[in-house]
Amino acid sequence: MKHIDAVSHVRGESQFVDDVPPPAEMLYAAVYGSPVMHGKILAIHTEHARAMEGIVAVLTAQDVPGENQIGPIIPDEELLAGNVVRYVGQPVAVVVGTNPDSARKGVGMITLDVEELPAITDPKEAFQKGWIIGAPRTFALGDVDAAWQGCDLVVAGSCEIGGQEHVYLETQRSRAIPLEGKFLKIYSSTQNPSGVQRHVAGVLGMPIHNVEVEVKRLGGGFGGKEDQATPWACMAALAAWHTGKPVELALRRAEDFRMTGKRHPYSSDFKIGVTREGKVLAYEVKHYQNSGATADLSTAVLERTLLHSANSYYIPNVRAFGVCCRTNLPSNTACRGFGAPQGMFVLECALAKAAEKLGMPREEIQRRNLLKENDRFPYGQQAMHCHALTTWDRATERYGLPAAISRVDAYNKSHFETKKGIALMPVCFGISFTTTFLNQASALVHVYTDGSVSISTGGVEMGQGLNTNIATIAARALGISPNRIKIESTNTTRTANMSASSASATTVLNGNAVLMAIGQILDRLKSVVTGAPGISGKEKVTIIDETVFYDGRKTEWTWERLIQTAYTNRIDLSAHGFFATPGIYFDKAQEKGIPFAYHVFGTAIIEVTLDCLLGTYNIDAVRIVHDLGRPLNKLIDRGQVEGGLVQGLGLMTIEDLQYNKKGQLLSRDLATYKAPDVYFSPDDIEVEFLEGGEEALGPFGNKAVGEPPLMYGIGVFFAIRHAMRAFRPGTEFAFTSPLTPERVLLQLYSDFQPPNQDKLEKTFKGGA
Amino acid sequence: MSSKTHFFLNNTEIRAGEHPGMTVLDYLRKIQRLMGTKEGCREGDCGACAVLVGELDGDRVIYKPVTSCLMPLGELHGKHLVTVEGLNMPHLSPVQQAIVNEGATQCGYCTPGIVVSLTSYLMDDKEITTEGLKNTLSGHLCRCTGYRSLKRGIDFLKLSVESRTGIRSLVANGMLPPYFLEMPDRLRIIPKLQMDKGISTPEFFIAGGTDLYVQKGDMLPESELCRLAMNQDMKGITPMDGYIRVGALTTFEAFASHAEIIRIIPNIKGYMSRIASLQIRNRATVGGNVVNASPVGDVTILLLALGATLVLKSGETSRTVPITSFFKGYKRLDKTPSEILSEIHLPIPAADTKINFEKVSKRNHLDVASVNGAMKVRCEGAIIREMALTMGGVAPIPLFLEATCRYFRGKEVCQETIEGAYPIVQREISPIGDIRGSAEYKRLLARQLLIAHFVKLFPDRIKAGSMIAGLK
Ligand SMILES: Cc1cc2nc3c(=O)[nH]c(=O)nc-3n(C[C@H](O)[C@H](O)[C@H](O)COP(=O)(O)OP(=O)(O)OC[C@H]3O[C@@H](n4cnc5c(N)ncnc54)[C@H](O)[C@@H]3O)c2cc1C
Ligand code: FES
Ligand code: FES
Repeated sequence: MKHIDAVSHVRGESQFVDDVPPPAEMLYAAVYGSPVMHGKILAIHTEHARAMEGIVAVLTAQDVPGENQIGPIIPDEELLAGNVVRYVGQPVAVVVGTNPDSARKGVGMITLDVEELPAITDPKEAFQKGWIIGAPRTFALGDVDAAWQGCDLVVAGSCEIGGQEHVYLETQRSRAIPLEGKFLKIYSSTQNPSGVQRHVAGVLGMPIHNVEVEVKRLGGGFGGKEDQATPWACMAALAAWHTGKPVELALRRAEDFRMTGKRHPYSSDFKIGVTREGKVLAYEVKHYQNSGATADLSTAVLERTLLHSANSYYIPNVRAFGVCCRTNLPSNTACRGFGAPQGMFVLECALAKAAEKLGMPREEIQRRNLLKENDRFPYGQQAMHCHALTTWDRATERYGLPAAISRVDAYNKSHFETKKGIALMPVCFGISFTTTFLNQASALVHVYTDGSVSISTGGVEMGQGLNTNIATIAARALGISPNRIKIESTNTTRTANMSASSASATTVLNGNAVLMAIGQILDRLKSVVTGAPGISGKEKVTIIDETVFYDGRKTEWTWERLIQTAYTNRIDLSAHGFFATPGIYFDKAQEKGIPFAYHVFGTAIIEVTLDCLLGTYNIDAVRIVHDLGRPLNKLIDRGQVEGGLVQGLGLMTIEDLQYNKKGQLLSRDLATYKAPDVYFSPDDIEVEFLEGGEEALGPFGNKAVGEPPLMYGIGVFFAIRHAMRAFRPGTEFAFTSPLTPERVLLQLYSDFQPPNQDKLEKTFKGGA
Repeated sequence: MSSKTHFFLNNTEIRAGEHPGMTVLDYLRKIQRLMGTKEGCREGDCGACAVLVGELDGDRVIYKPVTSCLMPLGELHGKHLVTVEGLNMPHLSPVQQAIVNEGATQCGYCTPGIVVSLTSYLMDDKEITTEGLKNTLSGHLCRCTGYRSLKRGIDFLKLSVESRTGIRSLVANGMLPPYFLEMPDRLRIIPKLQMDKGISTPEFFIAGGTDLYVQKGDMLPESELCRLAMNQDMKGITPMDGYIRVGALTTFEAFASHAEIIRIIPNIKGYMSRIASLQIRNRATVGGNVVNASPVGDVTILLLALGATLVLKSGETSRTVPITSFFKGYKRLDKTPSEILSEIHLPIPAADTKINFEKVSKRNHLDVASVNGAMKVRCEGAIIREMALTMGGVAPIPLFLEATCRYFRGKEVCQETIEGAYPIVQREISPIGDIRGSAEYKRLLARQLLIAHFVKLFPDRIKAGSMIAGLK
């Protein structure tokens, strides 16, 4: 089966929020954001904007009828800044106009009187000043302090990890439509319809059921619309509430860049102890997360960083400390990988440094420490169905690693101005929301009298192929053609209390909920035929290819006849299914538990060529062996692996967020922030799926695939580093990502002394 | 400006009364409500808004993909605008089928633009190559797929279309809607529009609009525009006596594919592939690059090394200015507001002149340079007789490195000579740190690019390895 929307996509017929014909009298909103990083608001001057032609309303914090609060975990986030602004771009006022251009012009007429306050952008500085969010956390295994003595080598270092803009191609957008009475319907490009519903209700001071949220599809999410679609939906709703008219709020790209959060930058310190043979005995890491101005999902992101601090490796003694540091930058948020890439990157840096000191190939130390069955993660869970070594060995064998390494070595011996680098990257990613209660989902299945089927779930289609997967699952479970199945939009009136579509768990949770609903319907349908000639018990009834079989024998009953009969017999052809992941828990007091239903494993081999004259590089090839369980749809899964990989490659190389000292984003649009394009992305990407025999939790043994592949991209950092070290043997290069051509070149020629270097405004990178 | 814009939109004749400065993207989405064309950035960087513009050329219509977010509606006069809706048939086209089959669409937001661009490639009557199709995708950002499936789609296309490219053949094989065959006749009857002459002092001269819409996008739909493109004699490339006359409105694509230009800059296509994207190069003009005066404009840096002369016109009067003295300061030019750049004269270099262009940017393609540079050099034996060296991104203006050039003249091409130039280059440049790189990085790049020029142009004499061996 192809992507269920593929045909309408290629015909340009798929509708996104603002493609739907606008209702009559629709108004348009635009947002005025803070011009300063931190300051006390003395006055907001909106008179000039209000007086403009085409402006219908200007709304500020005092116009919020309910609670001016949209923090998802910790209530520290105002919808519109009331007294204090904490980052450049923080929404202060919403301007509503008869068209988007008037609204934007209105925004241009607003001014703010602020008393500026000291601002911080560096997480470690924030930490020292006590600007933290939530409590610092420490995960520990074994006894690190005692273990150092037994190590032959102990090395320490620091990493700076840059953030990442999501670059969903469709920017944030929402439409709010007042319905009769005090009800509202919201069309939002959100990964989290229930979150939008809850916060709109809160902001407007109404019960949740007054708000209906409808999501057809997203033009990409990547975590950026998990929590941060909410403010725009709330502002559109606020404007609709005040004006009584439908209101659309769609951010332009530059607004989206400036006003929304990104992947969290981290500053991290590590210390690692190894034996002469490269066995890691102890690892200590301290993560200072640059959370931005508000909590948003930062505490959950940090939790996943800590959970993945040992990645695919077994280390007997670990201490991982992490803290969310509040800074005056837009609040950083969920982003594919959700904290895991940062945790994994730091350990890879530590391993690289140890290997370099030992004079041992990095891949040797990596392999020596890979997880084995039943090994413990630092959070206490044991590795089950562990494929760390299987995927590693399969990858090295399938892609001929020893030969590749000798080829690279030979190349480097015979070339001076270009060098090749090769690196492996193992990934182990835990599947489940780490916040246990979120691991629930529900679905609603209707069968109509002609045998066609309608399915609603709490999952949002954002390109990841959820709807295709759900249709596949339902068709298989019902024994009918996928053509009979329609996946409905995601709507809060059909599905209540949804968890966000994230954590790679959307298919697992919602697919299982669909199976629960279908199970009920099938059970009722089987009763319908039981008693018919030749059919004596439900247990032996199955439906295959739209025909009822009894005890393996084909019967006269077709799917359509079955449904018709059920209907006339007054059998309920609808069902609601509910699924909650069994067996998971996490004890935050001990920082131990079984937070994950299972883990996904894989290994990537990445090869690059570095131009040592210019500092530019090319990613030549990426070879992956990825653990997929039993695939539902290989085309969809392959797309997830390739797309995630390339996003990870971008994260480590050219995606370079820069703010200036005033907290203004310099990489502020697609002209200044570069995501991978068709040339950057390697032509040579091979993916082999390791198809597992064991039962994963996913429907039909399918394993989650959304996030894990992103972390293969981490390997490119070490491949480039390998090439750099081939050019400058023995040099200790910084562990700073992204490894832009600038960082490469400046490090390759670190003795370069720029004459009369102008003392101009220095920018700081990645908010770090 | 009151006359209507008369054109064809897909299979429909249109007389649009909207302001000619409205972007084609807004016209499509707001006025026509054709929603297949998406907005992803409004600055030419994502390709979600790509459309085809077909222009009559003899008895054929030539279609080119462009970004509709940077194109004024008024420019459509007499042309055929094609959106994804205009490519739809009851069945899927080969491009659409390739994307569906290979899973090359996920969220779908980038997809219609990609369909449009790839289709234009097939409409050209030529062999399908992977490089050609990649080049066609150069202006498209897709965050979901990582492009691998799109590349598989390219392979699929090669197999499914084979040699049946070109409009006639595509239509004959049910790969393109039949109405395309009628377009030459339908376009021919549209009366030509007069140049926007009536306006003595327009608020804006607009050429391709690829800079102007990015900088002033919100003002253009309400301003008095002088659309230079209406001026036919500002297009085209003609060899003259001792020089080549390049109309200021020549697009980057037209510039790089012209035989005369290739003759003097043999590797121009290679350089051009590093400049903007196909969709932008189909609109961006050579003159616009010069007048926009970005200190890092790629084409300008080349023209500066080539020693171009600019012809400026105001009404009936005209004068010439050497490009080397055109740039007076950051975005300050030797040009009055009423003057337009009408043509550029490229002196034909003496035989055995060597030319090289280098560009380093964060992303290799579709990115503005951190530092770029061009070198034109002529030697007698191993002795440098003529030298023109330019660099962008290292000064408030596109920089001609006068002192460095003087230093090189009369010297032998050898490692010592190049090394001797390092401090001179550093004295001549004055980069500032910005999003394209720190000042220190740009200074370092300046040295490295100098080496790169010599390595490329004198491979027998200068080896990168030995040049950088001593540098730390
Ligand atoms: C996505 C994208 C990528 C780009 N990449 C590159 C790149 O890699 N390298 C690069 O160098 N540039 C790049 N550019 C910039 C731009 O495309 C070029 O500078 C182009 O040459 C501008 O030409 P234009 O015809 O579009 O100019 P316009 O936008 O029409 O005009 C630019 C300015 O010049 C004036 N002007 C134009 N023509 C004349 C004339 N004949 N007489 C008098 N005034 C005139 C206009 O009034 C305006 O002020 C990029 C732009 C975009 C949007
Ligand atoms: S909208 Fe992005 S290129 Fe036009
Ligand atoms: S499919 Fe989502 S951006 Fe291309």
